[in-house]
Amino acid sequence: MSDHSSPEQLKKDIRVYMTIFVALLFGTALTVGLYYVHIPNVAATITIALIVASVKSFLVAGYFMHLISEKKVIYATLATTAFFFLALGALTMWSMHDFPFMTTVNGK
Amino acid sequence: MEIPYTITPRRDTGLYNAKVGIWLFLASEVMLFGALFSSYVLLRVGADFWPHGLLNIPIGTFNTWVLITSSVTVVMAWASLKMGNFKKGRMYLGLTILCALAFVGIKTKEYNDKFTHYAIRFKDEAGTTAFLKEAFGNDDAATKAGIVANTYGLDEAKRPFDVRDLQITGHIEGNPRFWSLAKLNANKTETVQFMPDAPQHPRHAKDGAEAKAESHGEHKAHTVKVSDLNYLSAYVPKHNTYFAIYFALTGLHAAHVIGGAIVMSYLFFFGGAMWKTQPERLTNRLEVAGLFWHFVDLVWIFLFPVLYLL
Repeated sequence: MSDHSSPEQLKKDIRVYMTIFVALLFGTALTVGLYYVHIPNVAATITIALIVASVKSFLVAGYFMHLISEKKVIYATLATTAFFFLALGALTMWSMHDFPFMTTVNGK
Repeated sequence: MEIPYTITPRRDTGLYNAKVGIWLFLASEVMLFGALFSSYVLLRVGADFWPHGLLNIPIGTFNTWVLITSSVTVVMAWASLKMGNFKKGRMYLGLTILCALAFVGIKTKEYNDKFTHYAIRFKDEAGTTAFLKEAFGNDDAATKAGIVANTYGLDEAKRPFDVRDLQITGHIEGNPRFWSLAKLNANKTETVQFMPDAPQHPRHAKDGAEAKAESHGEHKAHTVKVSDLNYLSAYVPKHNTYFAIYFALTGLHAAHVIGGAIVMSYLFFFGGAMWKTQPERLTNRLEVAGLFWHFVDLVWIFLFPVLYLL
């Protein structure tokens, strides 16, 4: 677990923050660039954009929010949140395929 | 009474209390935005058409960069305080507040562009074709497809469509906000001066659906009788499902940006006194505010591609 209290460590951290800053700007430019390239496959476009967004969010959460070196209680809190967040997503997916009896979809 | 564990960590958690508190709050925020993202997925999957190209991508990209910059400046402010440099920390905090204000200002401009952008639909096919001929010189299939593209994006324009459903987008002279057919009828307004957006052409597919849609005053105003219309609406939440979820998500996010800016302004203006007596406590306060700010940035990292690009 890294200690953020020593000046030497903080100076190293600042270099990491700057590198991540550039990576985040580049990630944004990459996502927008891919939009203008206009990939015909919609699924591929969505997947790529969400992968780039996930990498960016990992950098922000991991380094700016110091999640890569946090205490157990925070990991436990976030693990619980992740469980319920995924459950919420799963319920959403489920609802897309589980209609009430006699429901018609696109006239069928 | 002294509040315990504002500086020293509790033995059981290993953290000062405010840090545990902010993470619990952020956990609830994840669920709040998670519910709205789920709503977005449901609405989008269930929609027959999903509009594209209605937002200004260059402005959205710039605003994303502004928010990313603010995330860096706030972590730099915390690092400066941690190293005992209040002056530098305050400077970075000030920059963060400026970025927050810039973000909200740009978002306000984007909202205003939407509130002054209109879609109209004529009661019958004859009205539509007559307007297209008057405004664009012809009413051929390419023109009509270009009009559909203005509403839904170029990919959707390839699908067959009914001319009676054709919505013509553009601006009303004087750029009024929030006009609707009901409002015009209530005010007994007989005509409006409508400046339609140019129909999009496939050759513009890569370089500016949104630029076209945002163009102001590029075209001549044409008189439209209100009695000929059965629909007139600005790009407001009730205009379509896309704008409903767009304003819900970005509005809630903007409220978070404003909230964060207020907290950081408090630390900026009144943090000096605490720095003199309890510098560690102020540093911890800024860390907590920073964690919230990074979360706001995280949400935007997903909102931007989802609403602007996909």
